[in-house]
Amino acid sequence: MSGPSTYVPKSALGRWFESRLPIMGLIHSSFVSYPTPKNLNYFWTFGGILSLMLGVQIITGIVLVMHYTPHVDHAFASVEQIMRDVNWGWFLRYTHANGASMFFIAVYIHMLRGLYYGSYKAPREVLWILGVIIYLLMMATGFMGYVLPWGQMSFWGATVITNLFSAIPLIGESITTWLWGGYSVDNPTLNRFFSLHYLLPFMIAGVVILHVWALHVVGQNNPTGVEVKNVERDTLPFTPYATTKDGFAMSVFLIFFAWFIFYVPNFLGHPDNYVEANPLVTPAHIVPEWYYLPFYAILRAVPDKLGGVIAMFSAILVLVFLPWLDTSRVRSANYRPVYKMFFWAFVVACIGLGYLGAQPPEGIYVIASRLLAVYYFGFFLVVMPLLGLFETPKPLPASIADSVLGKGAHASQASAQG
Amino acid sequence: MKTMKKLGLAALLTGTLLVAGGASAQDHGGGHVPARQSWSFAGPFGTFDTAQLQRGFQVFREVCSNCHSMTKLNFRNLSQPGGPQFSEAQVKALAAEYKVQDGPNEDGKMFERNGRPSDAWPSPYPNAQAARAAIGAAPPDMSLLAKARSYSRGFPMFLVDAVIQYQEHGVDYIYALLNGYSKNDDPTWNDYMPGNHIAMAKPLSDGQVDYTDGSPKTSQQYARDVAAFLMWSAEPHLEQRKKTGFRVMAFLILLSSLLYFTKKKIWANVAH
Repeated sequence: MSGPSTYVPKSALGRWFESRLPIMGLIHSSFVSYPTPKNLNYFWTFGGILSLMLGVQIITGIVLVMHYTPHVDHAFASVEQIMRDVNWGWFLRYTHANGASMFFIAVYIHMLRGLYYGSYKAPREVLWILGVIIYLLMMATGFMGYVLPWGQMSFWGATVITNLFSAIPLIGESITTWLWGGYSVDNPTLNRFFSLHYLLPFMIAGVVILHVWALHVVGQNNPTGVEVKNVERDTLPFTPYATTKDGFAMSVFLIFFAWFIFYVPNFLGHPDNYVEANPLVTPAHIVPEWYYLPFYAILRAVPDKLGGVIAMFSAILVLVFLPWLDTSRVRSANYRPVYKMFFWAFVVACIGLGYLGAQPPEGIYVIASRLLAVYYFGFFLVVMPLLGLFETPKPLPASIADSVLGKGAHASQASAQG
Repeated sequence: MKTMKKLGLAALLTGTLLVAGGASAQDHGGGHVPARQSWSFAGPFGTFDTAQLQRGFQVFREVCSNCHSMTKLNFRNLSQPGGPQFSEAQVKALAAEYKVQDGPNEDGKMFERNGRPSDAWPSPYPNAQAARAAIGAAPPDMSLLAKARSYSRGFPMFLVDAVIQYQEHGVDYIYALLNGYSKNDDPTWNDYMPGNHIAMAKPLSDGQVDYTDGSPKTSQQYARDVAAFLMWSAEPHLEQRKKTGFRVMAFLILLSSLLYFTKKKIWANVAH
């Protein structure tokens, strides 16, 4: 969609520079003249919000590292030093810790938006897969970051998750020892997690660039799922239209974020992580961070350890195959009445699995986890392939412009009646 | 768009109903659920009651600190803004009452000297093993206790807590626990301890600490004051955090409304 740049530098210096490195033209075609569909709703602002969150996490993280000590004897104390004695240290740490949760809230909305409007379908398969890679990197980064304060949940969470690899037949034990750098979670583990926790966000930034690049080649999907037919009629330039809308959405998201930082900073954390790690005392319930809970529930729903591990990783990897599992010719769920019901049932199943992931693995909780896990996989592996063949979609608008004008006509009719 | 919103709401409600059944089965590990207390530091404009923190410190010093350590507390913290705010002279005199090991000196020897405001609060036992040997159990460090303890509010109250800014679960739990020794014939029984058995004997009794500001010398009052002090020791910058929060919120709400009207103006002539 963003063809050769139409950018014309105004100054002589600008022209001189542009003919040597056309970076201003690249920025102009990506964030100024880039055509965006007219009918995007606020669910399309989460890409910008996610970029903002990545920036917030990297900046607060870099400053936190200036005060943090990655050693089992000092990590917990150095985090408390940040909270007590570093100027604005409490703000940096609470922003970073809650920022991770905000990042995941935004990414889940972003992903569900893609799922609802069929944004993974051709020609956006590579764009979608790059997104899944970002999500995987985020999961790894968040997990390793949670280990760094070296509280009880840090330690025991790390022990449980790294132990999962021991379920791999024959080489599992060796892999776990290799991951730990010893025979249990200890100082070498903390050091390598710290190193990788610092590295991965920059890898995320790299894949984000590819993600945005792929987006700008194929163009954005939109609530109708109908491709842009006429750039003049169907789209608006990114600046000022999308920039002001994204700016407003980011600002509102920051209000939500600030509520957590300043008023309920420990709501999303676990009290046990204010107790220093102690390998001799196991907490009553080991619970991962909330954003892993649905996958944790799937892990524990399977009675066999290896089976559980496979199910858990498959639950994420199945997303990669989504573009080919969905057989529907229509993208947007707005025109797929049956899919829409299955979609919302899927959302409920994910929330339910999240709740069950925080409960002890016994009795009714396990049975409920199994039922919801079956639906989770059924949605991707059965509903998606079959529904496209049997469902009768509603008629699509001829173009984005037509859908927008149709809505306008409807609204003016309604107001005339009122 | 509208349908998506409506359906989203429906999905959330269904999710709510779905999990509500399971949640009622939750309990607090056999103990009672602590009652919610009213605290001066709760809510968006909460501040510590300086006199209460000073009394709480007195209880901590005269009672708790005989067994519990508070390694993250330094003497100097006692005079910093947003805390008990003793004068610097008071803190200096207080620190000087304690002996602190320092060194090595020029002869390579460790030596004892009087405490200074920059010193950490001295621990009653050099390590957990020493505590266990002396009193049978290692009492938890008190620095972060108010944030390291909590109780489950169950579903859906835990979601409501984020909205009403209920953050004092740990303090309420500590207050309840200190008043939870309900069986005279069983000194290890505590209504609020998970499992109901506690290694700590009832620590507070009426008249034990001599308050000088006329506050009632009851075990309830001691418990309330020391719980507030523990909240401060766990979160010494709580006041600064909430004050900053209000300014940030005011700024962001203003910024958002300006951005909203900017966006509205720019989109005014476009059908979308």
